[in-house]
Amino acid sequence: MTASLTLVVLMAVLFGAGISIMLERSLTRVLIGFLLVGNAVNILIFLMSGAPGLAPILSEGVDPDEISDPLPQAFVLTAIVINLGITAFMLALIYRSWWLARLGEKGDLVDDVSEDIEDAEEAADLIRSSAADDRAIQDIIDASDEEPEEVPR
Amino acid sequence: MTATGVLVPLVVLLPLVGAATALILGRHRRAQMAVSATVLASVAVIAAVLLVAVDAGEPTVVAIGGWEPPFGIVLVVDRLSAIMLLISAIVLLVVLVYAVGQGVADRHRETPVSIFHPSYLILSAGVFDAFVAGDLFNLYVAFEILLSASYVLLTLGGTGERIRAGVTYIIVSLVSSLFFLSAIALIYGATGTANMAQLSVRIAELPANVQLILHLLLLIAFGIKAAIFPLSFWLPDSYPTAPAPVTAVFAGLLTKVGVYAIIRTETVIFADNDLTVLLLVVGGLTMLIGILGALTQADVKRLLSFTLVSHIGYMIFGIGVGTQLGYSSTIYYVVHHITVQTTLFLTTGLIERFGGATSINRLAGLLKASPYLAILFFIPALNLGGIPPFSGFLGKVGLFLAGADDAGATDAAGQAWLVWAVIAAGAITSLITLYALTRFWNMAFWRGRDELEGYESVLLGSVQEAPEGATVTATRTTPVLMVAATTALVVVTLLLTVFAGPIFEFTDRAAANLVDPDVYVSLVFPGGIR
Repeated sequence: MTASLTLVVLMAVLFGAGISIMLERSLTRVLIGFLLVGNAVNILIFLMSGAPGLAPILSEGVDPDEISDPLPQAFVLTAIVINLGITAFMLALIYRSWWLARLGEKGDLVDDVSEDIEDAEEAADLIRSSAADDRAIQDIIDASDEEPEEVPR
Repeated sequence: MTATGVLVPLVVLLPLVGAATALILGRHRRAQMAVSATVLASVAVIAAVLLVAVDAGEPTVVAIGGWEPPFGIVLVVDRLSAIMLLISAIVLLVVLVYAVGQGVADRHRETPVSIFHPSYLILSAGVFDAFVAGDLFNLYVAFEILLSASYVLLTLGGTGERIRAGVTYIIVSLVSSLFFLSAIALIYGATGTANMAQLSVRIAELPANVQLILHLLLLIAFGIKAAIFPLSFWLPDSYPTAPAPVTAVFAGLLTKVGVYAIIRTETVIFADNDLTVLLLVVGGLTMLIGILGALTQADVKRLLSFTLVSHIGYMIFGIGVGTQLGYSSTIYYVVHHITVQTTLFLTTGLIERFGGATSINRLAGLLKASPYLAILFFIPALNLGGIPPFSGFLGKVGLFLAGADDAGATDAAGQAWLVWAVIAAGAITSLITLYALTRFWNMAFWRGRDELEGYESVLLGSVQEAPEGATVTATRTTPVLMVAATTALVVVTLLLTVFAGPIFEFTDRAAANLVDPDVYVSLVFPGGIR
């Protein structure tokens, strides 16, 4: 069996990089690691088909010995599709875990539009009342500042 | 293709079509339930028909799309596949009824039923496909089908706890899949085929050390799925957080799919490459370490997860012994364990609803509150612990007998000693299982409600609560469907005991086919391999 050295090196690099990233704590990095290792395995399957040949379509004048082995190509295609599905699910999972980590379970309850408006009104009320409080406090401070000046007289 | 041959692809096709239909019917809950129940009931009937047909000697090998093996994908049903199909279809159907009962009763956001049914049917399709796959790559696809569905089911509702548990489970499963796919690639590179029957012949022609590497790669991949020590760490952390019916199905079926794959690996693909010593050692360690973990758990779901790991050890021991009696007892034990473990998790779901907790420290007085529930837990608990005359006892006796025969027949003194040691480990494990389960039963059911305050006992000295004690609210309503489904499974475990004779005769015939790989090969290639 002959194999392309470039592909072997590429596979080794993908395996090494992928595994070391998978060992990180962050979920996104684990996903990237999984993708790299997944592709490394795909290349491994592809390498197993031996030397490349003609396109695997049997027609007039094509010698069956000269075509590439079609089976590993089918394997790789299937594996790519499966990896795609799993990646989509993992991304949703990562987003969900980020959402929970940032907002907690209560995060699920605030994405209602009416609730947002209510929240905004509450916040505006708060700002208005706190501004009124600030003014009152400032008045008291100003008043107390003036008093000492009057005492020496 | 024979008349029964037509039925083989249906066991995969029906659940997949059912899943699509259930997804379209997402807003019509009743229609969804009807579709799922019909599909699983029909698969159970088909599996029963296949079982009878296979036992009568009819060939049930189907080449998909008319592409003859080794070029096309073949689906093969032999006696082992048939009995696995039947028992898993029954268990899946009963758990579905239980889940429907639970879903109808409480509609809170942790169990969104509209995606439950499609995912559940896809999981079933994956499980059934794994049992009929005659091709390593098809087996990989089957694993991926059931795993993707299991990811969805495990993280159902997306609460923080489930996402955390799901992440562990998903990443471990991904790694195992990568191992499996690499193993397939290397096996294909070494032999030029992925057809199991053809592999059986071609692997034997490889040099011994190449065989060993390929063999170990496959075993690691399947060992993670079957939760064999030391590859079992993920299981007790991920299973208990899922909804009760999901945990029950996972515990009952998913690990057994791994065990089934290991049986195929040892009997068909690597029939000549002998790893008896490794399997015996790992089997013994799985039993002991699993059950010691169970001993320290206060939470009954975690306790049961650890007993699950521990009892996988018995099956690995049976495979390691590798005689006809060994395989026969292993198959019987797998069937017994699928039902009994599922039953226990379903009963735990009922306890959780009724008692409002799953911890041994917070449950008490359930015997008075619900005597029927006490019986539903007690029978499978004794069964799992191996009390005669239940099926757990019969399976263990079969395994020990097979081991003793093998130890007496072997010439190597070391191996005989090892087999005896594992038999001893098995007996101890069985006793500790009984202790752990009856301790839970005594505390939760027998202890009076009034004794709970400040209760102290040496029995509870070493138990630890689950890392995150989830707060469960007692609902006090136990829907009839949930109780009926659990009762049905308890009856199935009793039937396994009552009809142990005929079932053992059947598993004997199944095992006779397993010990001789040529039977499987001639099933797939009736005219011999070209």
